[in-house]
Amino acid sequence: MPTEVDPGLAGLSDTLILATVLLYVVAMVAYALDLAFGRARTADPERRLVAAGGVDAADAATGTAEAPAAGGEGRERPAWAARAGAVAVALSWLGWAANAGAVVTRGVAVGRWPWGNMYEFVVAICLAAVTAFLLMQARQPVRFLGAFVSAAAALGIGFAVRYLHVQAGPVVPALNSYWIAIHVSAAIIASGLFIIAGTSGILFLARKDGPSRLPGRAELESLAHRAIVLAFPVWTFAVIAGALWADKAWGRYWGWDPKEVWAFITWVAYAAYLHARVTAGWRGKAATIVQLIAFATLLFNLVGVNIFISGLHSYAQVP
Amino acid sequence: MTSTEELRPDPASPAGLGPLGWMRWAWRLLTSMRTALILLFLFALASVPGSLYPQRSISPEKVTQYFTDSPELARWLDRLWLFDVFTSPWFAATYLLLFLSLAGCVLPRASVHLRELRRRPPAAPRNLSRLPRHASFAAEGATVESVAAVLRRRRFRTVTGPGWVAAEKGYLRETGNLLFHAALLALLVAVGAGGLYGYRGNVLVVEGNGFANTVAAYDRYIPGAQVSAEALEPFHFTLKDFQASYIATGERRGQPLDFTARLAVSDRPGAPERTHVLKVNEPLDVAGTQTYLLGHGYAPTFKILDGKGQVAFEGPVPCLPVDQVTYTSECVIKAPDAEPDQLGFLVRFLPTALPAADGTWVSVFPGAANPTAQVFAFSGDLGMRSGEPQSVYRLETTHLKPLVMGDKTKPLAVGEKLELPGGAGSIQLTGVREWISLQIAHDPGRLPALLAAILSVVGLVLSLTVRRRRVWVRVGEPGDDGVTTVEVGGLTRTEGGPAFEEEFDRVVTALQSPGAAEAAAREGVRNAH
Ligand code: HEM
Repeated sequence: MPTEVDPGLAGLSDTLILATVLLYVVAMVAYALDLAFGRARTADPERRLVAAGGVDAADAATGTAEAPAAGGEGRERPAWAARAGAVAVALSWLGWAANAGAVVTRGVAVGRWPWGNMYEFVVAICLAAVTAFLLMQARQPVRFLGAFVSAAAALGIGFAVRYLHVQAGPVVPALNSYWIAIHVSAAIIASGLFIIAGTSGILFLARKDGPSRLPGRAELESLAHRAIVLAFPVWTFAVIAGALWADKAWGRYWGWDPKEVWAFITWVAYAAYLHARVTAGWRGKAATIVQLIAFATLLFNLVGVNIFISGLHSYAQVP
Repeated sequence: MTSTEELRPDPASPAGLGPLGWMRWAWRLLTSMRTALILLFLFALASVPGSLYPQRSISPEKVTQYFTDSPELARWLDRLWLFDVFTSPWFAATYLLLFLSLAGCVLPRASVHLRELRRRPPAAPRNLSRLPRHASFAAEGATVESVAAVLRRRRFRTVTGPGWVAAEKGYLRETGNLLFHAALLALLVAVGAGGLYGYRGNVLVVEGNGFANTVAAYDRYIPGAQVSAEALEPFHFTLKDFQASYIATGERRGQPLDFTARLAVSDRPGAPERTHVLKVNEPLDVAGTQTYLLGHGYAPTFKILDGKGQVAFEGPVPCLPVDQVTYTSECVIKAPDAEPDQLGFLVRFLPTALPAADGTWVSVFPGAANPTAQVFAFSGDLGMRSGEPQSVYRLETTHLKPLVMGDKTKPLAVGEKLELPGGAGSIQLTGVREWISLQIAHDPGRLPALLAAILSVVGLVLSLTVRRRRVWVRVGEPGDDGVTTVEVGGLTRTEGGPAFEEEFDRVVTALQSPGAAEAAAREGVRNAH
C-alpha cells in the first residue's frame, strides 16, 4: 500500500477546491441574475408545451396566466440579461472542472480512492450533485435549479474546507479495500441525486401558487420524483455493497452499527416516498414532505452520525 | 396506474361476523398497503434507539459504563430492552408483522400477476379521443393487420377485433415489482435462518499460541438457537506472528497503515498445515466458517519470583489498549501461588516510552519502539479462593497491601528486573509479544441473502424504469379513394415525464407510413436525446 503522499499534488488539490467554491459562488450569482432578469419562463413556448403535457393541467393554466404578470415581454430587459444564463452554465462547467480536478489530484496524491474521510466524501458528493445538475440541464429545461444547486455545492464544500479538512494521507487498514470504490462511489452518486431531489422539494414548498420565476409546482415535483427514481436503486445497491464489505471486514454483513441503521432508515424513508406516490396516490405537499424527511435522514447519516455517534464507521476522521 | 386499481379498500370492520370473519378481517387489515407502509415506518423508527443507546451486542463495556454513570435511568432503559434493541421482543414483533404483511400481500399478488401475464390487452374503448393521448389521420391502404404488424414490430402485445387493434407493453414492470418484493421476503428469511443456524464467537490469541474451533476455546460464544456444539468446523491454527505498521511522521503520525497476521492453519485434525496471511479485509475461510481479524494489542511477557525465590508466574499477559493513538495499555497479573503472600500486579504498558515534563512517563507512538512497563505491585489475599469467577483484566486492590507504585519511577525495559520491597519477590519484563482478537462466524444465510439482495436490485430497476402503456387503434372503412381514417389513442398506466408522449408520437408516425417506420424510429431516438 502506498504511504507516500505527493505534497505538490495535494497542495494543488487544496488550491483547486478554493477555486471551485469561488466559481460556484459566481455561477450562483449568474444563475440568480438569469432567474431574475432573464427570459421569463412563460415566454418560452417549448417550456409551456412541456407544462401542458405534464402531470397537472391546472398548473399549465397557471403558466399561461402568469405570462403577462411576469412582465418579461412588456418591460425592457437589460441587454446582458439574455446572456446571463449561458454565462452561468459556462461558469458552472468551469467550477465542475475545478471540483473534479481537486478530487482527481487528491486521489493521485495519496494513491488511493479519494473518499476515505469526511472531507473527501463531502467534496465528492457536491461534485456528484453538480454533475447530475449539469447533465440534466443539457437535456431538460431545468436551468432554474442552477442557482440553488450551486449554492448548495458552494456551502457544502465551504463547510468541508472550513470544518472537515484533513491533510491528504493514507487510510486506516479497514478502509483499504477495493470495496471503497464500489460502496462509497454508489453512495456518492445516490447522494448527489438526492440533493437534486431535495433542492426541488424545498423549492416546491417555497414556491407560492401563482406567478413566479420558478417553474410550476407539478414540474418541480416531477423533477424530484425522477431524481429519486434514479437514485433509489443506486442507494439500494450502495447499502448492499456496504453489507458485502462489512461481511469482509467485520465478520457480519449486518450488525446494526449506527451508520447501517441510518442508511437503512434513509432507504425505508425513500421507499415510503415511492409508495406514497405510486400506491397511495399522494401528490404535492404531502409527498414532498415525505421526500424531505427522507432527505433529512440522509443528511443526518452524513453529518450527525459521523460527528455525534461513535461506531465502527467512526474512522471517518473528523478533525 | 396498476396499484391504485388493485388497491384493496380498507376493510370495513365486520359487524356481527363470527371468529372466522374477524380473522379474515384482521388478515386483510394486516396485509393492506397502508398497514405495510405503517409497519415499514415503525420498523425504521424501531431501529433508531439502537443507534442512540450503546448496545450490548456491539459495545458491552459502554453499557456497563452507562450503568455506572446513571444507574437509575439505565435500569429503566434496560427494562425497555433499549440496550438490546435488535433482539428485543418489540423489535421482533415489528419484524414479524412486517414479514407477515409482506408475505400476505406478495403471494396473492403473484398469482394475480401470473394470470395477468397471460391476459391479452383489453378491447378498444368506444371513444379514443377521450384518452390522454390521441391522434387521427387519413392513411392509404391501412388495415387492421398492417397496423397490428407495425405495433408488434415495436414489441407491443396485440389483439385485433373488427376494425380495432389493442396493444400493450411493459409487462416487465409488474414482474420486476413482484421480483423485488419477493426478494425482500427471501432476504428476511435468509437473515432469520442465518441467525438460527449460525454462530459467532470471539477469541484473543497471543503470538505463539493456537486456537482450535471448539466451544470451550472461545472467550465469548454466541450460538444460534439451532446450532449444536458438534457442528463446529474442526479446524485449528497457530498465530505465528503479527505485524502492525504505522505512519511514523507528520500530522498523521501513529495512524495504523496495515495489520498482518501469519497463521499456520490446519483445516481438519491431522490435515497438513498451510500458511494463511490474515488481514483486515481478507478473512480466513474454512468451509464457510470465516475468521476475521478485529483488533490487536500487546502481551508483554513477565517472569515473577516470589519471596521464596520460586517462579510464581511466567508468560505473556494480554494488555488492553486504553488509548488508541499511543496504544498505552493496561493489564493485570495475578500470582496466587506466590509464597508467603499472594502477589498481584497492575501493569501499564508503554510501547514507545518517553519521560514527560512532570516526571511521569508516557507513550508517544503505538509501535513498540521503546517498550516499557510501569508496575504497581500488591501483596495479600487476591480473593481467588472464594470460587467466584474473576475477570482476568481486573484486580480488586482495596484489601491488598501496596508494595510498589511505579508511575513516577523509570519503567521497566525489556530484560530489567524490579525487586519488590521487603523480600516479597521480583518481577522481570522478559519480552514483548502481540495478541490479536478474532471473530469467528458461521452464517449459512450469507449467500442466500446476497442472492436475494441482487434479485431485489434487479427487480427494483425493472419496476422503476419500465412503464406499462397501452395503445388502441381504430381503422375505418376505406373510402372510394382507398383512404381510411385511422384513430389512435394511448395511455400509460404509470406516471412519468414527457417520455410516453414522445413514444406515442413515434408510434403515430410509424403508423402513418409503415414503410418509413424504421427511419422514423431512428429519427425518434435522435429527437429524444
Ligand atoms: C406488505 C408490504 C408491501 C406491499 C403491500 C407493497 C405493495 C406495493 C405495490 C402495490 C407497489 C406498486 C406496484 C406498481 O406500481 O406496479 C409497490 C411498489 C414498490 N414497493 Fe412495495 N410493498 C410492500 C413492501 C415494500 C417494502 C418493504 C419495500 C422496501 C422498502 C417496498 C418497496 C417498493 C418500491 C421501491 C416500489 C416501487 C415504487 C414505484 O414503482 O415507484 N415495498 N409496492
